[in-house]
Amino acid sequence: MQIYGTNISSRLLLGTAQYPSPTVLKQAIEACGTEIITVSLRRETADGSGAGFWELLKDSNCKVLPNTAGCHSVQEAVVTAQMARELFGTNWIKLEVIGNSDTLQPDVFGLVEAARLLCADGFKVFPYTTDDIVVGEKLLEAGCELLMPWGAPIGSGQGLRNPDALRAMRAHFPDITMIVDAGIGRPSDATRAMELGMDAVLLNTAVAKAGDPVLMAQAMAQAVEAGRNGYNADPMEPRDMAVPSTPTLGMAELI
Amino acid sequence: MKITVNAESREITTTILADALAELDFNSPAIATALNGIFVPQEDYSKTNLSQGDRLEVLAPMQGG
Repeated sequence: MQIYGTNISSRLLLGTAQYPSPTVLKQAIEACGTEIITVSLRRETADGSGAGFWELLKDSNCKVLPNTAGCHSVQEAVVTAQMARELFGTNWIKLEVIGNSDTLQPDVFGLVEAARLLCADGFKVFPYTTDDIVVGEKLLEAGCELLMPWGAPIGSGQGLRNPDALRAMRAHFPDITMIVDAGIGRPSDATRAMELGMDAVLLNTAVAKAGDPVLMAQAMAQAVEAGRNGYNADPMEPRDMAVPSTPTLGMAELI
Repeated sequence: MKITVNAESREITTTILADALAELDFNSPAIATALNGIFVPQEDYSKTNLSQGDRLEVLAPMQGG
């Protein structure tokens, strides 16, 4: 899979928040084989707490995808992206412009505007968006080369709330890299997203908040791979009635 | 003079951003700053002037989803 010109073999992108400890985070990253991890920026404390986390990131050998989580305006998101570019040394940015504090639903108007500004400034934008096709078109016009539609609200673990919309989006943008971001709760949700033809899945809470995050990281990787293989294998269509799988030709007459 | 640093009021004796960061004990290289809502690149720290009442944000890498 190519993401902004970079070859990526793992189709699972992993968030780094909410793990029980830095050690568990590190083990989860290794267990799922992810190559892209998401990170954020927050106010530095006097003890320099950010530096330790930065060392852990560098040791992971993953590509870092900073986010603009928590930004509710174009200005906040753009400035956060500029700070992230310097801090993490990457022009990749997971662009979030949040429109509602309860649903964490993207403000798609602000998102498109921020994407336009950031793409013009040389950023490689990963827009966290809804499953709206028109918004997707606007984001591509703005300069985004991939789309990250939500599966369900961030951290909700509801899975894919609207698989029909995601399927329609996949059909409408056949050649655009699409990553389902947010809402994945269980491995079966990740498999389902991949069976729809999505190129990858980005998740965080489902792994971090599992009873055994390391085992769940491994399960998610397997689920993503199974779903991708299933999609590539061109699955059969469901049928309303039974069709015998065992040949009927050559059946004995026993009554 | 007084400026606001990460939402806290702080007293500093310098008017240069680079010196203020040292004075405020931000010694980690892994920080990024914004002054009054505008990003300030690291190469500009030594030529950025601060004024009374400025709002300085100093951010660091943090876990994120």
